[in-house]
Amino acid sequence: MSTPKVWRKRIERYRLSGQKCRSCGKVIFPKRCVCPECGAKEFEDLLMPDTGKIVTYTTIFIGAQFMEHNTPYVIAIIELDNGVRITTQVVDVNPEEVSSGKKVHLVFRKLQAEGKTGVIAYGYKARLV
Amino acid sequence: MREVGILGIGLTRFKEHWDKSLRDLFVEAALKAFEDAKVSKIDSMYVGSMSSGLFDNQEHIGPLLADYLGVKNIPAVRVESACASGAIALRQGFIEVAAEISDVVLVGGVEKMTDCEDVTGALAAAADVENEAYFGATFPALYALMARAHMDRYGTTREQLASVSVKSHKNGANNPDAQFQRKVSLDTVLNSVMVADPLTLLECSPITDGAAAIILAPLDIVKTMKEKIVKISGSGVASDTIALHSRKDITALDAVRIAGEKAYSMAGKKPEDIDVCEVHDCFAIAELICIEELGFVQKGKSGVFTEEGNTEIGGKIPINTSGGLKAKGHPVGASGIAQAIEIYKQLTGNAGQRQVAGAKIGMSQNMGGTGASCAVHIMEVVE
Repeated sequence: MSTPKVWRKRIERYRLSGQKCRSCGKVIFPKRCVCPECGAKEFEDLLMPDTGKIVTYTTIFIGAQFMEHNTPYVIAIIELDNGVRITTQVVDVNPEEVSSGKKVHLVFRKLQAEGKTGVIAYGYKARLV
Repeated sequence: MREVGILGIGLTRFKEHWDKSLRDLFVEAALKAFEDAKVSKIDSMYVGSMSSGLFDNQEHIGPLLADYLGVKNIPAVRVESACASGAIALRQGFIEVAAEISDVVLVGGVEKMTDCEDVTGALAAAADVENEAYFGATFPALYALMARAHMDRYGTTREQLASVSVKSHKNGANNPDAQFQRKVSLDTVLNSVMVADPLTLLECSPITDGAAAIILAPLDIVKTMKEKIVKISGSGVASDTIALHSRKDITALDAVRIAGEKAYSMAGKKPEDIDVCEVHDCFAIAELICIEELGFVQKGKSGVFTEEGNTEIGGKIPINTSGGLKAKGHPVGASGIAQAIEIYKQLTGNAGQRQVAGAKIGMSQNMGGTGASCAVHIMEVVE
């Protein structure tokens, strides 16, 4: 990704900044222009909670190229306490400790480096509580 | 709407074709289809390719392939819907013939994957790149998330997942066009390298080069030119959220169910009417969920159903007689067309050792990403 592409995501990924639909109340993260539930276009800003639980998970042994020095690693779908779901890594953990339903909190972590000379992209990952 | 039939088919062997390029593969399949259809020109063509750009640094392959096929100046369009690109090409050609815009239309698919340095990365582009792949999710991982959820919710076992691959390889062993023409045991599948827990290497479709082509024409023309007549009686397409995590039920594939319902409705058929079906088994769990969504088995029961042999040739509903994407190979954009070709071979009695006796009605189901797009087609023998 180019530098502006990383920069553009900073508020969303650093602060978990999402929105709530003014029409149907659906909570959305990341932000969108159109509510996927009711089609409305008016929203208010809303920060997501940084705690949730694991819905489903996997330990990846043959991973993405940018993760080749960090395999195996765990990826999970996390349901935040407000019901919003995200996909991210579960870090600082022995994969055998991970299971569906376990509680996590989100932490600020490096996601990727944009090549050898590009910016480092940061965002959210999860740790077991 | 005019009825649409199949005039000819052509397929390359599916494997690692180190001596052939993208254009070589496509032209080989298309010329075979020309020969089978006994035509030398076409009115229009659609080619499915997931990512000729990322795999091979080449875009704009509609005109490129028409040029190399020697049919330049006709409408020639590449269509893309990730791994469903092939079936979407079939759908576009079907619409064009049905709508009486063209008479003879080639629908094809091609993928040259082995020239690519980062195939896993290119494939991940079919997911939500910003919200899934960027965080390290790969395709095997996304399907592993579904597999885990299915196991947690329905008690599906690793052995049941593995039985999908055992069955696929058993069928692939009888398919001379397949990448892997050998049987594997349950133990071999379970003990092969873990890719993304619980999915092992032998529960993941391989990296493959290949192309496939079908010539479509009005059924009235097909009746005058072919001895065995097959028509496309149903075509359904649907989409879903791009990110797996946005779906209410991780164990469901709504796009598959909806595309299936549309195809059944157009053809006036029910799941019980289908004699043979090719489903999109990019990963073992995909086949299990797809046969549930297409109505062949109750939700949550696909594991037991498969383990008991109901999806084998001779079983209640033979699934992936070709070997499926797992054993036949998965040159992404070509897979949807190759699935339809397998159904055509079954319906015309040309499936050799893997023939389903008396098959009259068949279905092919092809999906993109984690099921964010899906196309289902029903074909029937016309007596």
